[in-house]
Amino acid sequence: MSVYLDHAATTSLAPAALAALTRELTRTGNPSSLHSAGRRARRSVEDAREILAAAAGAHPSEVIFTSGGTEADNLAVKGLFWSRREAVPQRTRILCSAVEHHAVLDTVEWLERHEGADVTWLPVDAEGLVSVAALEQELAREPENIALVTVMWANNEVGTIQPIQRIVELAHAVGVPVHSDAVQAFGSLPISFRESGLDAMAVSGHKIGGPVGVGALFLGRAVTLTPVQHGGGQERDVRSGTLDTASIVAFAAAAQAAVENLDVETVRVSALRDRLIAGVLEAVPAAVLRGAEGTGRLPGNAHFTFPGCEGDSLLFLLDLVGIESSTGSACTAGVPRPSHVLLAAGLDEDTARGAQRFSLGHSSTDADVDTLLAELPAAYGRARGAGMAGHESSIQTAGTIARRGL
Amino acid sequence: MRVLAAMSGGVDSAVAAARAVEAGHDVVGVHLALSRMPGTLRTGSRGCCTIEDSRDAWRACDVLGIPYYVWDFSERFKEDVVQDFIDEYAAGRTPNPCMRCNERIKFAALLEKAIALGFDAVCTGHYAKVIQDQDGNPELHRAADWAKDQSYVLGVLTHEQLKHSMFPLAETPSKAEVRAEAERRGLSVANKPDSHDICFIPDGDTAGWLAEKIDMTTGDIVDETGSKVGEHPGANAFTVGQRRGLKLGTPAADGKPRFVLEIRPKENKVIVGPEALLAMDEIRGIKVSWAGLPISEVASGQEFDCFAQVRAHGDPVPATAHMEPLDGAAPTLVVRLLEPLRGVAPGQTVVLYQGTRVLGQATIDTARSLQRTDVQGR
Repeated sequence: MSVYLDHAATTSLAPAALAALTRELTRTGNPSSLHSAGRRARRSVEDAREILAAAAGAHPSEVIFTSGGTEADNLAVKGLFWSRREAVPQRTRILCSAVEHHAVLDTVEWLERHEGADVTWLPVDAEGLVSVAALEQELAREPENIALVTVMWANNEVGTIQPIQRIVELAHAVGVPVHSDAVQAFGSLPISFRESGLDAMAVSGHKIGGPVGVGALFLGRAVTLTPVQHGGGQERDVRSGTLDTASIVAFAAAAQAAVENLDVETVRVSALRDRLIAGVLEAVPAAVLRGAEGTGRLPGNAHFTFPGCEGDSLLFLLDLVGIESSTGSACTAGVPRPSHVLLAAGLDEDTARGAQRFSLGHSSTDADVDTLLAELPAAYGRARGAGMAGHESSIQTAGTIARRGL
Repeated sequence: MRVLAAMSGGVDSAVAAARAVEAGHDVVGVHLALSRMPGTLRTGSRGCCTIEDSRDAWRACDVLGIPYYVWDFSERFKEDVVQDFIDEYAAGRTPNPCMRCNERIKFAALLEKAIALGFDAVCTGHYAKVIQDQDGNPELHRAADWAKDQSYVLGVLTHEQLKHSMFPLAETPSKAEVRAEAERRGLSVANKPDSHDICFIPDGDTAGWLAEKIDMTTGDIVDETGSKVGEHPGANAFTVGQRRGLKLGTPAADGKPRFVLEIRPKENKVIVGPEALLAMDEIRGIKVSWAGLPISEVASGQEFDCFAQVRAHGDPVPATAHMEPLDGAAPTLVVRLLEPLRGVAPGQTVVLYQGTRVLGQATIDTARSLQRTDVQGR
């Protein structure tokens, strides 16, 4: 039996979502068609839109279905940048937190390289909390030239929850729209798009028990976006493409279930997480918890750095004994790089490379935490023995023999 | 045994891993990331650490039903292989980066991490054989298929390294056999082209690549008598034995083509001469190592008969060799070639054999032609 501690990467399909998905997959009909099959599909999509809107405290017309969180982030950031620049040509500034997910980070960097965006990376403190003072300072400087502010609701690596409401107040005071990547927050924290005042907010299906390949951008009714993808004009003419009825319906069912159970699950998962954190710090006293304490972090997130070892060695050794965890940061072709989040929080590269994230979810149990705590000390000891990549090995080679003059 | 299979994404390492699994070992596949900025797709036969190669290795592990990981050795590779390559050329020598990678990366950095994480051996797709003598000490031997034999590039492995090395392709009669076996096993890399050239120079233009990294200063090309016969754009881009691209203004007295005999980086000179002077009779080697336990003549300083090979696919020639003690420094390996060898360049590796057994190796410091009467070497 494996112990799955990577719910932040993806989590299993919720029963309600599975039922909705299989039911819709047996039906046919393009929601844009005018005949009865089309109307039936359209009705399923619109029911789902209302359910999702209710789950996120939004109006149904504010829901733009997408293929996932990444597309929603791309659409919000590029769409807001282009439409705001079109209105005022010198409006090219983007204020973006330094700890965004790559879906936002790389989109902003792309706009910087190819579209002349003038980017300010908002610094974070040691817990990964974005500096409101820095934001205020930046907003005070030529606010009319700021296209958008983008700050994630909660960080995917260290779990720190950002002061979204305060950020929105400050930005709106000078007329600047705000986008937030709420992929990790939605389904884990009480979220109201309306109360947050956000102009755009990205969410994803598979992080909350829905299928992979579906997500949504919540977009304020008054907000105009330049589309990224052109075609049949679906979704307020902002996101063309035939709607994926089955995935959308399943996503909405998962969202509804997650929000209904949120209070109970928050208490249960937070308690489990606190036990995990206390247990890890006791079992491996050298480990350091990263991110905010207590209610400042996502209920299911526990993130540590383990000194003197590579996160990928630890991941490998835990995987070997059936515990599935993550180093927390994205990698290209599996080449691990120190996390930009941890570096932004002020860690040095070596410390950042010892990162390990354990994320809990709806199927997590006490037994999962017990197994981790039982296996971790040995895995850490061995991973530390393997040391950091980049050091010269102590294996006797022709070169070392020659140097010693044997 | 717990075996770490080093998976390049090629057919040889995939079949080697498959055989290790079949032999009943507990195998985990690991792809070595040697560059921080891997290319996306392979182009032709060059390169060996693209994302596509990583995926091919991954797919092979899927088919074999073994776990797969990517380990990052890019820092060490840059320092131990790429920088070494540049430094060696800058010093007028001709290095073998694949050998350096075996010595310092695959069977050192990787092996050490593997042992630390609980593995007993590293398995690769090299065509070579490790056997145990009656006391259980490892010996390195040529593969059954001499045409594919890669014992030369493994000649640098020490006793400790060989103890933990596994080469399941040792007895394979031919590469075609390995491809057929890959096909049979459902490995998609069965028909993937072989890698050639140097993996970190993707377009294969070594001289152009080096020119960006080494300061090149124009200097003189002189013949074996010391007379200037041309100019070069930078001595370091030349290789001993090279004939093309010399652009000599003055023809040779005998009208025959001339070859690079020697590079003298300190004087920034390239020495050229007739082909006959390329034939070397004596090699002196430094950084000597023995593949397993050294034969008894090594310690006693006695001369022994052997075969010497100076290139991965060069023919071995009969030779006698002995260790010459030096005051206050590591002893030198002196190899007298009974058949002169062409194009022996300082920096290359000489590997000594007795029959199929690899005795050991040394880095060529100087090579001497008895026909040359001028002062040789640096």
